[in-house]
Amino acid sequence: MRPLRRRRLLSGRRHRRPDAPAAPSPPRTSRRGVMLAVQLLVLVLLASLTARMWYMQVPMAEHYQELALASHTQKLIQPALRGRIVDAQGRPLVTNRTELTVTADYHALLERDDDGTAVLRKVAELIDRPFAKLRDRVRLCGPETGQPCWQGSPYQPIPLAENVAPKVALQIMERQNEFPGISAQQMAVREYPNDELAAQVLGYLQPITQEEFEAREELRAEFSGVDRVGRDGVEAVYDDRLRGDSGERILSVSSQGDVRGTLSRTPSEPGMHLVTSIDTEVQKVTEDALRGAVDKARSQGKPVDSGAAVVLDVRTGRVVAMASLPDYDPEVWNGGIDAGTYDKLLSEDAGEPLISRALQGQFPPGSTFKPTTLAAAVKNGASLDGSYSCPGSIGLAGRSWQNFAGGGYGTIDLRKSIVVSCNTVYYQLGYDMWRDSRGEKGRDPVSAMAHSFGYGAPTGVDLPHESSGRIPDRQWKRQYWLDTREHSCKMAEKGYPEVAKEDPGHAAYLKRLAREQCRSGDRWTAGDAINRAIGQGDVQVTPLQLARAYAAIANGGTVYEPRVGRALLSADGERVEEIEPVKAGELPVEDRTLKYIQRALTQVPKEGTASGAFGDFPQGKVSVAGKTGTATTQGRADSSWFASYAPADDPQFAVVAMVPQAGTGGSTAAPLVREIYEGIYGFSDGGEPALSSGAPPTALPSVREDGSIAPPDDH
Amino acid sequence: MTTVPTPHTEPPGLADRAGRMIASSAPRRLDWPMLVAVAALSAIGCLLVWSATYDPADPDGALGFVRRQALHLAVGAVVLLVVAAVDFRVSRAYAPVVYLAAVLGLALVLTPLGETINGSRSWLVVAGLQMQPGEVAKLGLVLAVAMLLGEPRDGEFAPTTRDVLFSLAVLAVPLGLILAQPDLGTAMVLTATYLGMLALSGAPVRWVAGLIGCGVLAAFSVWWFGLLEEYQLQRFTTFVNPGADPRGAGYNANQSMIAVGSGGLNGTGLLEGEHTRGRFVPEQHTDFIFTVAGEELGFVGGAVIIGLLAFVLWRILRTAGRSEGPYARLVCVGAAAWLSFQSLINIGMTLGVAPITGIPLPFVSYGGTAAVANLAVLGLVLNVHAREHGVH
Repeated sequence: MRPLRRRRLLSGRRHRRPDAPAAPSPPRTSRRGVMLAVQLLVLVLLASLTARMWYMQVPMAEHYQELALASHTQKLIQPALRGRIVDAQGRPLVTNRTELTVTADYHALLERDDDGTAVLRKVAELIDRPFAKLRDRVRLCGPETGQPCWQGSPYQPIPLAENVAPKVALQIMERQNEFPGISAQQMAVREYPNDELAAQVLGYLQPITQEEFEAREELRAEFSGVDRVGRDGVEAVYDDRLRGDSGERILSVSSQGDVRGTLSRTPSEPGMHLVTSIDTEVQKVTEDALRGAVDKARSQGKPVDSGAAVVLDVRTGRVVAMASLPDYDPEVWNGGIDAGTYDKLLSEDAGEPLISRALQGQFPPGSTFKPTTLAAAVKNGASLDGSYSCPGSIGLAGRSWQNFAGGGYGTIDLRKSIVVSCNTVYYQLGYDMWRDSRGEKGRDPVSAMAHSFGYGAPTGVDLPHESSGRIPDRQWKRQYWLDTREHSCKMAEKGYPEVAKEDPGHAAYLKRLAREQCRSGDRWTAGDAINRAIGQGDVQVTPLQLARAYAAIANGGTVYEPRVGRALLSADGERVEEIEPVKAGELPVEDRTLKYIQRALTQVPKEGTASGAFGDFPQGKVSVAGKTGTATTQGRADSSWFASYAPADDPQFAVVAMVPQAGTGGSTAAPLVREIYEGIYGFSDGGEPALSSGAPPTALPSVREDGSIAPPDDH
Repeated sequence: MTTVPTPHTEPPGLADRAGRMIASSAPRRLDWPMLVAVAALSAIGCLLVWSATYDPADPDGALGFVRRQALHLAVGAVVLLVVAAVDFRVSRAYAPVVYLAAVLGLALVLTPLGETINGSRSWLVVAGLQMQPGEVAKLGLVLAVAMLLGEPRDGEFAPTTRDVLFSLAVLAVPLGLILAQPDLGTAMVLTATYLGMLALSGAPVRWVAGLIGCGVLAAFSVWWFGLLEEYQLQRFTTFVNPGADPRGAGYNANQSMIAVGSGGLNGTGLLEGEHTRGRFVPEQHTDFIFTVAGEELGFVGGAVIIGLLAFVLWRILRTAGRSEGPYARLVCVGAAAWLSFQSLINIGMTLGVAPITGIPLPFVSYGGTAAVANLAVLGLVLNVHAREHGVH
């Protein structure tokens, strides 16, 4: 067929129309070729489109399906209900309450001609809050958008105002055409049934910051923007357990953002309840006693503005109570704290109430450090049964060292040196140890013993921002000198002309000190060791460190990592995760020595420096062992310590109190601690014991079927 | 099978002409394979229009679209049969009428009779009927240019410089009116159709090369001197990089590619495409109808559509290659240039390889004027096919 046709085509030229003039016409062969080329061109182009389509729909199909899924689905996160925090008896410390919250739909606002400004203004007027605040809260967070801004998904309802009156919420819901995109819903917020009780231990929640949001990947995946993160206290430490797992709904949405249906739904898993070892009653007693002591000291004209007290269970290292003044009501965190309140919380004028002085405050321990020096000296060879001289002053290392108030007790034993808190005995012990170990590099019996007692390092308590305290020694001194040499050498040269104007003698002293520090500040001198022996100078401890050291003395030598968390209970009560006590170490002290120290401490409230404070305390019922401490800080009033444990014959609690600038340990801290014991055991007038059995419960609270928490049933 | 010169040596009488008309419309002379392919494309088009406009809340709405499209196709079929029946040498006499009617329509669009839809003043509303004179202009241009370059003077087959200049003027008038709307897509189709016809007209090579060069240069300078509307410029620039601004001008390109790509080999099934259901691709029943096929019918469905279009274009070009007369050949070439350009650009833009312009997919997209115009030019091709193929 084909050759035949071709011949016909080839012959076309000869068979031109008879009447056609001899005008040139393209030869049919070439025209045919051109047509063939055009056909081929069109087919090739269409074929390449087909190939392109194949590429998109077969090898790349998955990629486009992912993109499609991303554009026509939206994830709506449903925050889980945060677990409650209860005390050892199952009593609530932090619970949740629902609160009517006015929320805005981001897209609905954006669809308005004025980006929802008019609607927001109307809402602001109705709920009586500043318009600017509402407007800021619906902004999406970005690199240049500062707080407040919305960090969640724009598909999530954005809270505009919390704790709205039901009447107002109803108005908004009923007049939807006037308030497009605005809605009112129930949202859970933290509630503090005991107000400021244990505020610093419990911590608080705050909206996540942009940095946290970017750093914590596991949060990002399930963050709704509504929920907040624990920022301090146990709320921060146990945040991931309390938080639970948020649920999600996958919505199918149209290009206009209209929700077309729910594709899948995962329910949220409520967070676990945290059982703490805190006892609400003991905590109350502790806080009341601390507040009373601070008020009393202040009424005596002392410049007291803060204080701390800690109650530990010596058998487990658990925290039974922990108080710090000044404190604050954590309710301020609800509903978005404003900048003014926040700045005030952080300010020094307000006494920095966010800081827990129990674990962040560092003070020289004073005489409460003496048992440590004693243990180190005995370990270093001093005789436990020997006699020691306690003169009113003693000459060592080229100067005279005074006893407290200059009094002397003659020749005494070590027990009495604790009971009457004789400094000169410890000056001598400290000096002797310094002299003995002078030539031996790295040997420092006091430093080693102090670290064994848990000083100089964080205790490892399950609370954030803990201070480590400081045990000065040769190494520390050298490092300190290296860090400050430049400054002290400058001051040695320049002197103190400002001070000289008022007190030339003091200025000369300071200049001499600077010159000494510049020249030989790296030397661990006998003076340093002598000061350290009575817990003065550069020694610093936190009340919590001191409490666990005394707990270790009481329990026979076990140093625990203190714990506030006792257990985690799942919301349905099915799962119980106990938080076991952790042993940090054992005191390297012989039993005989420890028993000796215990006996000495037992006498302090009976016949020693705390006997005034414990005058009519029923020692027959519960014998208290303890040690006063008076820390001296250059340029400030003496600070008052009392470190103790009880009952002395079968120790259960270690109680430590610290009131800065409140005078001697016997005058303020010891009566404070006495009050705590009275509260615990019910010795005050008509007082019910805070702990009826005299010990923390051994069993755990449990979750009832209705979700409430039942007390432990071992009573 | 011997070649016979074309028969009308002298002007035929009226009876003769009527008799020939009837004889030539004999069904066996129609290009049935091509008609079947076009019918298949139209049927697929109706299904896709149904899916693209289907709303579960209002199922009748989509049926309304399908019914209207079926009506468009029915009108188009009648026009096709009439055009196929009347000898193209007779209908050639009406070419200037069609052309002038189109120009008049385009001019009227710019008067208050015109209506603006989607930013272009492309619509004429007459007695409640919407129509796009731009589609008629494509038909008018094919007819007018075929007449001018095909057989400029009796017996003269190759166009001279004067003919080319005259044909350029014939292009320029509707082109100017269309750019005033502005409807860049239609303007591109007109230009491409004209250049295709000129290239195969036998006109002097310098003209062919020069004008194609000018076309490229014009496209470039239009872009360079910012003669385009902002949104048109954006469409062209985002064509280069559609991911740059997914919510802006590149949005359409991205969404149509997502719709096609997510269809996979076999598609989601009609009415099952999540992307189509969510209305992510705009103008999905008209310019972006191919994305419905891509998502819901998959590669298989898309390939069938491309295959059918390729078959139709091949048949048209085959007829062009076999036609004896230059006018008939140029009519077929014009039809092929027009339909192939629209098919390539339309499908190409949904696949992200061509700029986004308002060009419908021949026989498939929803639209009355386009359906009638496409089927009318196909009638001409059928006519040529019947006459050049089996007439003794």
